[in-house]
Amino acid sequence: MNKTTIGGTKRKAANLLAMAGLVIVFAAYMFPFLMVVINALKQKRDIIKSPFSWLFTIKGLSFDNFVKAFTQMDFLNAFKNSLIVTVSATLLVTLLAAMLAYYIVRHNNGISKITFSLMVASMIIPFQAIMIPLVSIYGGTLNILNHRATLIFMHVGFSMTMSVFMFHGFIKGSVPVALEEAAYIDGCSRTQTFFKIVFPILKPIISTMVILNSLAFWNDFLLPSLVLTDKKLLTLPLSTYSFYGTYSADYGTIMAGLLLCVIPILILYIVLQKQIISGVVAGAVK
Amino acid sequence: MKSNKRGKDFCIFALPGMFCFFAVVIVPFIYGVYLTLTDWNGVAKVKNFIGLKNFGGVMKDTQFWTSLLLTFKYVIAVVILVNLIAFIIAYLLTRGIKGQNFFRAGFFTPNLIGGIVLGYIWQFVFSRVFVSVGESTGWNLFGVSWLSDPTKAFIALVAVSVWQLSGYMILIYVAGFMGLSEDVMEAASIDGATGWRKMKSIVMPLMMSSVTICLFLTLSRAFMVYDVNLSLTAGAPYGTTEMAAMHVYEKAFTSRQFGLGQAEALLLFIIVACISGIQVYLTKRKEVEA
Repeated sequence: MNKTTIGGTKRKAANLLAMAGLVIVFAAYMFPFLMVVINALKQKRDIIKSPFSWLFTIKGLSFDNFVKAFTQMDFLNAFKNSLIVTVSATLLVTLLAAMLAYYIVRHNNGISKITFSLMVASMIIPFQAIMIPLVSIYGGTLNILNHRATLIFMHVGFSMTMSVFMFHGFIKGSVPVALEEAAYIDGCSRTQTFFKIVFPILKPIISTMVILNSLAFWNDFLLPSLVLTDKKLLTLPLSTYSFYGTYSADYGTIMAGLLLCVIPILILYIVLQKQIISGVVAGAVK
Repeated sequence: MKSNKRGKDFCIFALPGMFCFFAVVIVPFIYGVYLTLTDWNGVAKVKNFIGLKNFGGVMKDTQFWTSLLLTFKYVIAVVILVNLIAFIIAYLLTRGIKGQNFFRAGFFTPNLIGGIVLGYIWQFVFSRVFVSVGESTGWNLFGVSWLSDPTKAFIALVAVSVWQLSGYMILIYVAGFMGLSEDVMEAASIDGATGWRKMKSIVMPLMMSSVTICLFLTLSRAFMVYDVNLSLTAGAPYGTTEMAAMHVYEKAFTSRQFGLGQAEALLLFIIVACISGIQVYLTKRKEVEA
């Protein structure tokens, strides 16, 4: 049991070496973020002169960069747009996918089988293979681009496959039919049974799917860039893109803007770190 | 009566989800196949049926093939580096050192942030920070921005992608290493397996299921790289770092050749599907049960 008895010092030395290596690699990984932080308050000439110098060695620091970035990106509005899209799409896909998966598991009929195999097969289709016809249909014939609801609807549609797949596996494995039968005998309808009995059991997989989907929706760029062009509707990644295009030479303002985008996610990450990491692992391994 | 109730169940539970899926994935996919047979420019009212001409056009589009070749090089470099680095880091992290969770969480951070923001952060690092290092040390390697030279810009793109993706794969490999059974490891040690031998004959075969997942994820993500490509280099200098996915976008939405762009997108999809399929088949065969 005692690992330190044989070759203990050797193992300790090896661990020390591993630790040192990890610290160096870790520092390299964090380096870009550090650069953003220490340059966000500086003026352009100071950044060009010395991007490395720490904040306290430079005179003329100010929050002007942040004020400028905040107003030019229309940060609050973009943040609000991202929040509306992410929250509504996440809620919708969670609910609809759970219900569809439940139906597929409990009704082993032709429609279920065909739908499920189509979904599994379509998981390998990359977004780029669909984006052109998608824009043609929704922009041309239907002409409903440039609405938040359209983007939400598309987010829901694209994440449906993966979500149904995950819920399907979970319901099949961990929701006992006996429980539902008991509920029927007690006079519950299908809908009541689902919401009162089944849905609460799904809690672990729901939290996984909420984390995975909301991260994907929040950070997505390509789909929103095809759907939304109206400046008032832009989500955070879109407004970062257009903001960068205008201010790319104004380093201080850019760094401040990028930091503004990163901070909300980092705060959430610090609070929900455990759930996010286990959610991502669960999503990948299945 | 009973079939009526079944119909109601179907409408409440299955229909809404199915509608979203069919309207956003299946219908556009089928319509996309039809688009490749037309000469539509995205605006015109009439679409002329031109048969397989677009696929002939794909053959003649040398830029597409250049970008595809570049994508292949990129995918090979990224897949190998990401998995090698992530595997080693995960191995070091699971040796029982202090702060394992902190490191793991830190390495994962880039995955929480969108590719657009990451690309811009690195653009600053490559074009200002490294150049400033070059200026103050006289180091030629960093004398001019990497992003202005085709080869170095390509290396930069690979480096940023490796940085971005490896944190995700570290999570999966760490989960794999933690799942290795203590008994098997101990038995191997008692049998005299140490170091490289233990890694090759015991650890690697047991880790193959993690390898399958990680290879699949890195392959499909690297093939479809767009966000980082757009924000880090935008294809510059002179379109030399334009990857296939970006080329498809440009073909359709900038040059307004929807049919041709869609034909290239479909071809790309088929290539990715085949390669991922072969990869999963090959690595799955090597998986063993403990």
